[in-house]
Amino acid sequence: MTNILAVDDSASMRQMVSFTLKGAGYSVVEAVDGVDALNKAKSEKFDCVVTDVNMPNKDGIALIKDLRTLPDYKFTPLLMLTTESGMDKKQQGKEAGATGWIVKPFNPDQLLKTIKKVIG
Amino acid sequence: MTENIEAIDDENVENITKTANSVQFLSFTLGNEEYGVDILKVQEIRSWEPVSRIPNVPAYEKGVVNLRGSIVPIIDLRERFGLGHVEYSPLTVVVILQANFEDRSCVMGVVVDAVSNVINVDKSTIQNSPDFGARVSTEFINGLTSVDNKMIMLLDVDKLLTLEEIYENEDNPLQAIS
Amino acid sequence: MSIDMAQFHQVFFEESFEGLDTMESGLLDLNTGDVDVDEINMIFRAAHSIKGGSGTFGFTAVSDFTHVMETLLDEMRDGRRLVTQSAVDALLGSVDCLRAMLTAIQDEQAVDTQNVAEHKKVLEVELTRGADSSPVASQESATSEQVSDPVAITAHEANVEGWNISFSPHPNMLKTGNDPVRMFRELAELGELTSTADFLGVPDIHNLEPEECAISWKLHLKGNTAEQDIEEIFSWVEDECDFAIQKIQSTVQSVSPVAETTDSTTTVQPDEQTSKEDKETTAEATKPVASKKPVKDKKETAKPANKSSGSIRVDTTKIDTLINMVGELVITQSMLSLVGEHFEINKLDQLKTGLSQLERHTRELQESVMNIRMLPISFVFSRFPRLVHDLSSKLGKKIELKLVGENTEVDKTVVELLSDPLVHLVRNSLDHGIEMPEDRIAAGKPETGTVILEAYHRGGNIVIEVVDDGKGLNKDKLRAKAIEKGLIDEDAILTDKQTYELIFMPGFSTAEKLTDVSGRGVGMDVVRRNIQSLGGNIEIISELGKGSTISIHLPLTLAILDGQSISVGDERYIVPLGSIIESININEDMVNRIAGKGETFRLRDEFLPIVRMHDIFHVESAKATKLTDGLVVVVEGQGVKCGLFVDDLLGQQQVVIKSLEANYRRVEGISGATILGDGSVALILDIPGLVRLANQ
Repeated sequence: MTNILAVDDSASMRQMVSFTLKGAGYSVVEAVDGVDALNKAKSEKFDCVVTDVNMPNKDGIALIKDLRTLPDYKFTPLLMLTTESGMDKKQQGKEAGATGWIVKPFNPDQLLKTIKKVIG
Repeated sequence: MTENIEAIDDENVENITKTANSVQFLSFTLGNEEYGVDILKVQEIRSWEPVSRIPNVPAYEKGVVNLRGSIVPIIDLRERFGLGHVEYSPLTVVVILQANFEDRSCVMGVVVDAVSNVINVDKSTIQNSPDFGARVSTEFINGLTSVDNKMIMLLDVDKLLTLEEIYENEDNPLQAIS
Repeated sequence: MSIDMAQFHQVFFEESFEGLDTMESGLLDLNTGDVDVDEINMIFRAAHSIKGGSGTFGFTAVSDFTHVMETLLDEMRDGRRLVTQSAVDALLGSVDCLRAMLTAIQDEQAVDTQNVAEHKKVLEVELTRGADSSPVASQESATSEQVSDPVAITAHEANVEGWNISFSPHPNMLKTGNDPVRMFRELAELGELTSTADFLGVPDIHNLEPEECAISWKLHLKGNTAEQDIEEIFSWVEDECDFAIQKIQSTVQSVSPVAETTDSTTTVQPDEQTSKEDKETTAEATKPVASKKPVKDKKETAKPANKSSGSIRVDTTKIDTLINMVGELVITQSMLSLVGEHFEINKLDQLKTGLSQLERHTRELQESVMNIRMLPISFVFSRFPRLVHDLSSKLGKKIELKLVGENTEVDKTVVELLSDPLVHLVRNSLDHGIEMPEDRIAAGKPETGTVILEAYHRGGNIVIEVVDDGKGLNKDKLRAKAIEKGLIDEDAILTDKQTYELIFMPGFSTAEKLTDVSGRGVGMDVVRRNIQSLGGNIEIISELGKGSTISIHLPLTLAILDGQSISVGDERYIVPLGSIIESININEDMVNRIAGKGETFRLRDEFLPIVRMHDIFHVESAKATKLTDGLVVVVEGQGVKCGLFVDDLLGQQQVVIKSLEANYRRVEGISGATILGDGSVALILDIPGLVRLANQ
């Protein structure tokens, strides 16, 4: 089963993402910030990581940068959830190694479409 | 459909009306007397085990025990009714009762000599105005019934378990002033 | 797939209110001049989360409003804007506004749009004021112009036969997790796709880097596909590839004049991208927002009362403890079932050990579950910085609030009921206690007054103190007033303590004139009654010109208590460890007996009453009846000190306080009960109650 790590410090967003993905038949693990996510990613292999950008402890961009240094996540799709409409965050995300992004606000269908896109 | 109707014979009809009009009581003995409590108020029956004494309360309030993590008081009904004290033995029985007051419910145990039976009492056979002389304060008694010619006093659990407050907990440091 | 978003609303509201509290306390800290980047970041993050959530869950008004706040905060965060008092005030105001909006939405009430508009206006004024080049304003107008653009593009893409796409990934594209095959798969969904791979760039086998992409492709996509859709597929990788699309026009000429502009190869240039990017995201952002407006479904009408649904936030370490215990419980259970499956008499010891383990685990589990109800007092304290901030500016006073012991835990019910009395007390301190700045200077005090809110555990109680360094209570005034009001006799003899406590009498108010801050006739008597109804008490000490301290003592109804077991005859009692000062052996020389007043003993320079436990509790089995045979435990509770005469001290242990009143009633001298390791019940002593008993 496809295993996805959903990272967001906001419980409601995290639940929404997790619920949507579980409903579509993915297995989902939740993490509350970058540090939590990194630990979970090290202990278990995920096929895709969906992360919020603005988070305490370790933000999404730093998380992506760190994940890319792990051999297991060299080519794994890493998606950012971002409200930034400017290019700034996306650019930073890309430089860190993000595969792509989903712009908030998004609805469950958009999320699923994007996830399907990267993991087929 | 018709078959079903025919199948209910006279005896069955009688049974049905009996349960609709009857109440079940747990009967127990205190000395020579027999009492009953509404079975729906009975939570469980246990054997006597040592209690932790509560200081400065009436002697019939024997103390408290731990009932699955709740602190439950144990009342000696003999002493409560002024029937004298007997030594407890491993055969002494504690009936755990649940009482409901206006806004809360509480659980207490009552010590009785022995539990005798579960009895079906037809509501119509319950007599309303008991006359006991001085033995038992009539306020606890709901009514009387008799089974096999033996009188059973039916207790009002809610009233039975209402303990009087024995002191005022209001302490006003300013009362001394004026 | 349709998902009912309403199921996430409750969580969203909860975390948003929490976020607002975070913003508020953060903003109040900024206010005191402490410009800390981390602090601003935290505030920004909270606003950002609310914006993201509200957008996603369809609360457009909230996300629009938060957007303006966020813009302001973003500029502060980046150092493009100074943290000014007016900006902080505007943000604080909007926190309130946002709270009101969310509350209204949660309760399915109409949002006060006028209020929202006013606050938005204040924020916008603030935005235009600070930024010199005002990049925000221009950006905003630009955004609104662009919104219609993407729609226009899709509108006249009528007669396209297909597209030629050339796609040459940069070597590092794979390292962002973008797989060309994935993009081709998506393209294939848009129309019939044919592709030709170009291996020219692939180096020979010795120089081959397996993790790099060296192939490029020429793709042909048949059909009337919008250019935008194709670009979107490549949008994540536009910096990691060379990418060009060329339209294959049909013979029928487009009528639309705009079509001509697209009638050429569009090579996406980096500088062009920025604006395009903006366009796309703006479009994406506005679209769902618009469509969601009518969706605001009425599903939740049946549960308006859910707001205060008795839910509780629990520290995760407490949950972890629980989980650990359940784990142990499961192990014990499986051990027991193994023993039970093939039971032989020689396994009896194993069975006994298992059962006692089971008992212990169950008990611990129960204790931990009860511990979940314990909340830090910060739940109450957290509202005070704002209250003090607002009130002090209203009163024209300078006041600093210090919070101490915010992590002191107390039962949830106590937390909830404590809030109102404390507000009253703090207001009183601000209003009547702390003097105006000029008066303080004249009195030789620092201009800024200090109010301290402190909580700590003491002897099975939680003590909360409101301390101010204001003008203190004037005993003579209090006395005169009480006489005037007929509360005491003219010749009444009062100790200092009794004099101060006059303020708790019904109908007593010290304020010379009523203010809208605290004095409304209902006063300290109500506060005291509320505290007493929680089973606590309240005391005040004061020094004229120096300040006042009000202490609230409350029982921790369900708390875990450090206890000292003592024995009196066969009976065991628990004394709260915190109330024990020392235990001593005494001899007759130390004892004074006063006729009718009982015994006292001398401890250093104090005379303390002796409370003989066996006497006041009528313990017939007591071993020690002569003072030399037992021990005196010196205890203190709520300002009362005494020596408890007991047989012996037993062990110390943590106990869970259980209510005696749940099934029974209050008993003088007893504050509760607990269950000991052997399952029996021990009573917990209430020191002031014992002293009262002894005095009877």
